[in-house]
Amino acid sequence: MRITRMTAVAGAFALAMAAAACGGDDSGSGAGSGIVGKASSQKKLVVGVKADQPGLGLQTGGTYTGFDIEIAKIIAKGLGVPESGIEYKTTVSSNREPFIQQGQVDMVVATYTINDERKKVVNFAGPYYVAGQDLLVATDSTITGPEALVGKKVCSVSGSTPAKRIQTDYKGVNLQQFDSYSKCVQALSNKTVDAVTTDDIILAGYAAQEQYAGKFKVVGKKFSEEPYGIGVKKTDTEGCKKINEILKTSATDGSYKAAWDSTLGKSGTPAPELDVTKLTNCS
Amino acid sequence: MDVFSDSANIDTYVTGFLWILKLTAAATVGALVLGVVLAAFRVSPIPVLRGVGTAWVNIFRNTPLTLIVFFCYFGLYSALGLTLSDDIDRNNYWLGVVGLSVYTAAFVCEAIRSGINTVPAGQAEAARAIGMSFLQTLRIVILPQAGRAVVAPLGSIFIALAKNATIVGTIGLMESSSAMKDLINANGNAVIPIFLVFAGTFAVVLIPTGYLFGWLANRLAVKR
Repeated sequence: MRITRMTAVAGAFALAMAAAACGGDDSGSGAGSGIVGKASSQKKLVVGVKADQPGLGLQTGGTYTGFDIEIAKIIAKGLGVPESGIEYKTTVSSNREPFIQQGQVDMVVATYTINDERKKVVNFAGPYYVAGQDLLVATDSTITGPEALVGKKVCSVSGSTPAKRIQTDYKGVNLQQFDSYSKCVQALSNKTVDAVTTDDIILAGYAAQEQYAGKFKVVGKKFSEEPYGIGVKKTDTEGCKKINEILKTSATDGSYKAAWDSTLGKSGTPAPELDVTKLTNCS
Repeated sequence: MDVFSDSANIDTYVTGFLWILKLTAAATVGALVLGVVLAAFRVSPIPVLRGVGTAWVNIFRNTPLTLIVFFCYFGLYSALGLTLSDDIDRNNYWLGVVGLSVYTAAFVCEAIRSGINTVPAGQAEAARAIGMSFLQTLRIVILPQAGRAVVAPLGSIFIALAKNATIVGTIGLMESSSAMKDLINANGNAVIPIFLVFAGTFAVVLIPTGYLFGWLANRLAVKR
């Protein structure tokens, strides 16, 4: 008697759960585990961001700041998730794809260059910024571009794409390699090297840091193209399209410019134009 | 294993280990010379020199090598302007040699001092009795015997030095550990084979070195 009653209760409970789950699916308009469905039903999002890029994604204590973080907030707002519902998760370059695939994060906004290799495993919205390799030099420097680097000392991170490009494309450049950009920036600040090279947006982040304010400038002559996208699950076409719509809106309503001005804008670089014609088609 | 068929990768590997060999060779010379001088300081009758020797050993033996090498770049070179070569790699190499020598000299000094303790006191007394000065006693009587007693421990110190040389990678010299990191970054699917090749190379070179020093220690020992 008792056993039957318990099974009945358990059965009813299971049914209720199943019904609830179905309801969740329905409100997600059939997208299943898609980001739009999750955002509207749970009002929560897990966002993968960088924690060591000043101006872009920097963790100080428990809080994250930077342009990538502001972009994540804009998207969350567009999806109907309040700021308190965003959970940031630190990612490094090599674990972004696995995090998306395993569902440990709902989306990744972490200086994430869109390329064909990555497109095979994740879906990209954006680009929200087209970065390019550039040079960071002292404010009074006469270096105007990569061609002026011959015989000069340039610093980058060992093994990185920017370091390799300098080595192969610009012969005669003296390349100093460190294991982090902060060491490069430190070397630049006491004039041991003449320039630091990597994506312009990362350089702008260092130039905007308080302790270096006014000491450095980004040359502003890109010599590569790195479109930064927002990574979501490969199957989540709907979420990807929604994010692109939100980005489109942010370009016109001024929130994109505000995001830039409050973070990287502090380096003195004016807000870029968000080119909505370049957004991916999410397929 | 297409990682190892790429000639650029082989190049990275060879260059990395050549830097390690060059660092070890130069720093061995530097550390030996400095270490013997320091040992002489520590047993000398002049208090100031003894103080310098003791301070050197205590400071450098107890400071992490990473800090010393880092200081060589950002302190000596960057802030104080000590430029050892106009070529960046050469400059980093020599800065690394300075750091490694200064650090290893502390250990060499202590090894030699322990060797000096194996020489019977009567030897020094006899040397002094026939009118030798302190330097003569040290050079002709004590150090030759002390040196032969510490061949085996010196061997250990130089094996450690060869491995410590990888730290110079932190100031940008593309030595073996930086080379390994680069290869792993670019070939995430072959982490274990790459690691085994680099670790294996160290073992293949250093294990025979250990035996060589053991054999030398036996051959050169002062039989008493």
